Amino acid sequence: MWRRLGEQLQSGWKVIVVLIPFIWLLLFFLAPFFMVLKISLAESVIASPPFKPLLQWVSDSAVSINIVFDNFLFIWEDSLYLDTYLNSIKISLISTILCLIIGYPIAYAIVRATPTAKNVFLLMVILPFWTSFLLRVYAWMGLLADQGTINNLLIWLGIIDEPIRMLYTEFAVYVGIVYTYLPFMILPLYANMEKLDINLLEAAADLGAKPMMTFLTVTLPLTVPGIIAGSLLVFIPATGEYVIPDLLGGGNVLMIGRVLYSEFNANTDWPVASAVAIVLLFLLVLPMMLYQHIQSRESES
Amino acid sequence: MDTGSKPDFEDRPWLDPDQQPFIRIQGITKSFGPFVAVDNVDLDIYKGELFALLGGSGCGKTTLLRMMAGFETPTSGKISIDGMDMTDVPPYERPVNMMFQSYALFPHMTVEKNVAYGLKRDGLPKAEIADRVSDMLSMVELSAFSKRKPHQLSGGQRQRVALARSLVKNPKLLLLDEPLAALDKRLREQTQYELMSLQEKLGVTFVVVTHDQEEAMTLSTRIAVMDQGYFVQIGTPTEIYEYPETCFVADFIGSANMFEGRVRETDGKVCLIDVPGFEQPFQVEHPANIPVGAKVWVAIRPEKLLLSPTPITETGLNILKGIVDDIGYYGNSSTYRIRLQDDRIIQVTHPNQRRPRDARHVADWEDMVYLGWEPASGVLLTK
Amino acid sequence: MAKKRSTFLLTMLSFGMAFLYIPMILLIIYSFNKNKIVPIWGGFSTKWYKVLFESEEIWQATALSLKIALVNATFAMLLGTLAGLALVRFGRFKGRTVFTGMITAPLVMPEVITGLSLLLLFITMQDLIGWPAQRGFTTITIAHITFSMAYVAVIIQSRLAGMGQDLEEAAQDLGAKPFRVLLDITFPLLAPGMLAGWLLAFTLSLDDLVIASFTTGPGSNTLPILIYSRVRLGLKPDINALATIIIVAVTIGVVIFGWLMLRQQKQRERDMHMAGQD
Repeated sequence: MWRRLGEQLQSGWKVIVVLIPFIWLLLFFLAPFFMVLKISLAESVIASPPFKPLLQWVSDSAVSINIVFDNFLFIWEDSLYLDTYLNSIKISLISTILCLIIGYPIAYAIVRATPTAKNVFLLMVILPFWTSFLLRVYAWMGLLADQGTINNLLIWLGIIDEPIRMLYTEFAVYVGIVYTYLPFMILPLYANMEKLDINLLEAAADLGAKPMMTFLTVTLPLTVPGIIAGSLLVFIPATGEYVIPDLLGGGNVLMIGRVLYSEFNANTDWPVASAVAIVLLFLLVLPMMLYQHIQSRESES
Repeated sequence: MDTGSKPDFEDRPWLDPDQQPFIRIQGITKSFGPFVAVDNVDLDIYKGELFALLGGSGCGKTTLLRMMAGFETPTSGKISIDGMDMTDVPPYERPVNMMFQSYALFPHMTVEKNVAYGLKRDGLPKAEIADRVSDMLSMVELSAFSKRKPHQLSGGQRQRVALARSLVKNPKLLLLDEPLAALDKRLREQTQYELMSLQEKLGVTFVVVTHDQEEAMTLSTRIAVMDQGYFVQIGTPTEIYEYPETCFVADFIGSANMFEGRVRETDGKVCLIDVPGFEQPFQVEHPANIPVGAKVWVAIRPEKLLLSPTPITETGLNILKGIVDDIGYYGNSSTYRIRLQDDRIIQVTHPNQRRPRDARHVADWEDMVYLGWEPASGVLLTK
Repeated sequence: MAKKRSTFLLTMLSFGMAFLYIPMILLIIYSFNKNKIVPIWGGFSTKWYKVLFESEEIWQATALSLKIALVNATFAMLLGTLAGLALVRFGRFKGRTVFTGMITAPLVMPEVITGLSLLLLFITMQDLIGWPAQRGFTTITIAHITFSMAYVAVIIQSRLAGMGQDLEEAAQDLGAKPFRVLLDITFPLLAPGMLAGWLLAFTLSLDDLVIASFTTGPGSNTLPILIYSRVRLGLKPDINALATIIIVAVTIGVVIFGWLMLRQQKQRERDMHMAGQD
C-alpha cells in the first residue's frame, strides 16, 4: 500500500508543486480583488463594517441583493477624483521619462565598464534598494525643507536670500519618485543591454558611421524591450504611490494612492475607497498585461 | 577444407538476411504543431554499428536522437531496441545513454561522482560502483582527475568524463550529439580514433548525430543523410560518397561538379548526355536504362578529374578544356578552379606529388589546361 | 569621438551615483547633529543614538518586523521556488495563464490596492469563519508572503532558464526519476538563487509600510509604521540615527557579499588555470 502511494506521489508530485503556490495565490491574491469589487458595489452605512451586506435574508426563503453603483457614480461626478487620476498619471508618466533619461546613460556606462568595475557599479546601484525606502524618502525631506540642506547651502553661497519652497510641492514628489524608482529603471535596462552585448554590436556597425548614428540606428532600437520593461516597472507602481506624495507632497499634491488611503482611513468610506481602487486597477490593467506579456516572452526565449 | 563461398557479413550485418536489427525505427513522425520535424522515417540499425545521422541544422536529426533517448515522444510510429518496444518508455527506464553536446556534467559533483551517478541510481553496491568507476576512468585516462570538479578540467577532459559517464552503465545503445563539435582540429582527430577504438573494445552500438560530413565519413559504419525530416540516403561512407543517389547527397558530401543535361543515347552500360555549352556529349557509365530525353545531372568529384597542361592523349576519356581561374594550396594537395568554355567554374583537386624546384604548380594562373575523366568516374543522377 | 562619448558617460555615471548616495550620506551626517533641528548643524553629538536605544517602542517594533521578515522570507522562498519551477519546467498545464498572471502582478501592483484588498479579505473572513479575530503578526505575514513570493519566483525563473534543461535531462538519462532529479540536480544548483530570494523577501518585508498599515491591527506596530508615524510630523534626529544604523548594516552586508563574490571569482580563475595546464 505504501508502495502504491509512493508511486502515485512520484507521478502526482508535479500537481502538488503547482497546487501549493496556486492555491495560496488564489486565496490571498485573487480572492481579495473580488472582495474589493464586491464592496465597491455596496452601500455605505455608518456601522461596523461600514457597508451594507450585499446579500441579505429577507425571510426564510428569499434573499435580497443590494448592489449599488452609487460609488462609481460618485467618483465620476466629483471632479476631484477625475483630476486626481489624471494628475497621478501625469506625475507618474513624467517621472518615468525622467528616470529613463537619467537611468539610460547610467546603465549604458555600466555595460561598457570592465568586469570588476561592472560588479562594483551594480552593487552600488542595488545598495540603496536594499536600504529602507521610507528612510530614503525621509532623507529628501531633510534636503528639500525650507530649513533643509539645499536651501542652507544656496543661502550660504549667497545665491538666494529667501529659502525656495521645495518640500510639499509637486517638484518634491517628482524628485522623490525618480530617486526611489531609479534602480528599477536601471536594472532592466542593464540586463537588456548586457544580453545584447552592446560592445560587439557597435563595433560591428561602426564601419565609418558616426557614433551618434550607430547609437540611434543600432543600439537604441535594440534596447527598446529594456526601455519598456523598466518604464512599466516605474510607471505602474508610481501611479498608485502613497508614501511619497504624503511625506514629500504634504496635502498639496493629489495622487490617487493618498486619496484611496484617506477615503479608507479618515472617512471610513470603504465602498468609495474600493471603487477608487477598482477604477485605478482598470487604468493600470493594460500596462500590467503588457508587462506580463514581456516577462513571459523573456522566459520563453 | 571447403569453407564455401559464404559472404562475409561480420562487418556488414545489414546485408545478412539472418540478422535481426538491434534498433528498429518504424514510421516515426514528430510534429511540433504544424511543423513536421521528422517525417515518417524507417531505419534499421544493427548491433555493434557506429551509425551516423548526418544533415544540416533543422533537418530533424537531433529530434530523432532525442526520441531514441526518450526525451521526445513520437507523434506516431514505433521504436524498438533489442526487440523491446521503447516508444513510450521514459528515458530513465531505457537501456540507452546519451552523451550531450554540452557534456552536461554536474557542476556540483566531482568527476568520480559524476561517473558514479548512473550506477547509484541503479542501486548497485558501493564496492561494485567504485570498481566500475575506476575501471572506466582508467579506460579514458582520467584516473588522476577523479576528485576534480568539471570546471577544473579542460574541454577535452570534460568530454572524456562525459563519455565515461555514459558508458559506465554498459548501455545497449549510446547516443552522441555532435561529439566532436566543440573540439579543435587536433583534439578532434585524436578523439575520433579514441571513440572508434572504445566502441570496438566495448561492442556498444553507437548512434552519432553530426553536421560535419568528414566526421561522419571517418567514424561511422553507415550514414543516414537527413534533410527536412526524412532520410535522403542510407549507406556506408563509400556508398554515400561514390554512389550518391541524389544531387543533394552528391553536393552535401564532399564537393561535386554538377552538369545538367539530357540523355541522348543509352545502351544499358554507357549513357551519352548532352550538356548545353559543350559540343561533345558526356559519356557516363550507368547500369540502368534511362529514357532518352530525360533530364539528368552528371556529378564529377574534383579528385576524379585528370589535370594536364598539355592535350590529353589517353583514349576513352571525356575531355574538357579550360583556363585556370584560381589555385588553392593545401600543402598536400591543391584545388584548381577552372573556368570552362561555357564560363562556369569547376573544381579539380590534384595531389602535389612532386616537389618542384621552383615551387610551381602543375599549372599556373591563366594557363590553359586540359581535363579528363573516365566514364566510370561520373555519377548520373536523376533527382 | 569615442573619447567624448566616454567622458559624457563617465559624467552621467558619477552624477548618477552622487544623486543616489548624497541623500543617504547626509542622513548619516545629521544623525550626529547636536541640534534638534535636523538640517541645521549644531555640533557633533551621539545623544540621538542614546535616545534611540532607550526607546521601548522602537525595540518592540524592530522585534515584530524581524519576526515577520524571517517567517515571510522562509515561506516566500519555498512558495516562490515551487512557482518558478512550475512555470519554467512544467510546460503547458491547465490554469497556467491565470497562474502566470497571479505571480507577475504583485511585482507591479500599487501597494495601496494590494493592502486594501487583503484587509477586506481578512475582514470578510473574520465575518464568515471567525478567523482572523485579531489582525497583526499573522495577517501582516500572510500579506508579505503573498507579494514576496512573486519576487522569489522571478529570480528562480531566471536561474532555471539560465541553467538549461541539459543537466536535468542527463540525470534522467542516467536513470534518475523526475523527483530524484529535483533533489539531486535542480535544488542544489538552485540554492544560490533560493538564498538570493530569501534575502530579497526578507528586505522587502522589513521595509514595507503600506501593506503592513492596511493589514495590521491595534498594538502591532512594525518598524516602518512606527517610523512613518513619527516622520510625517517632521524631521526627527533619532530617526536619522536609526537610518544610519540600517544603512551601515546594509553596506556591511553588501561589502561582505561583494568580497565573497570576488573570492569565488579568484577561485574560478585558479581552477581554470589548473585545467589549462594539463
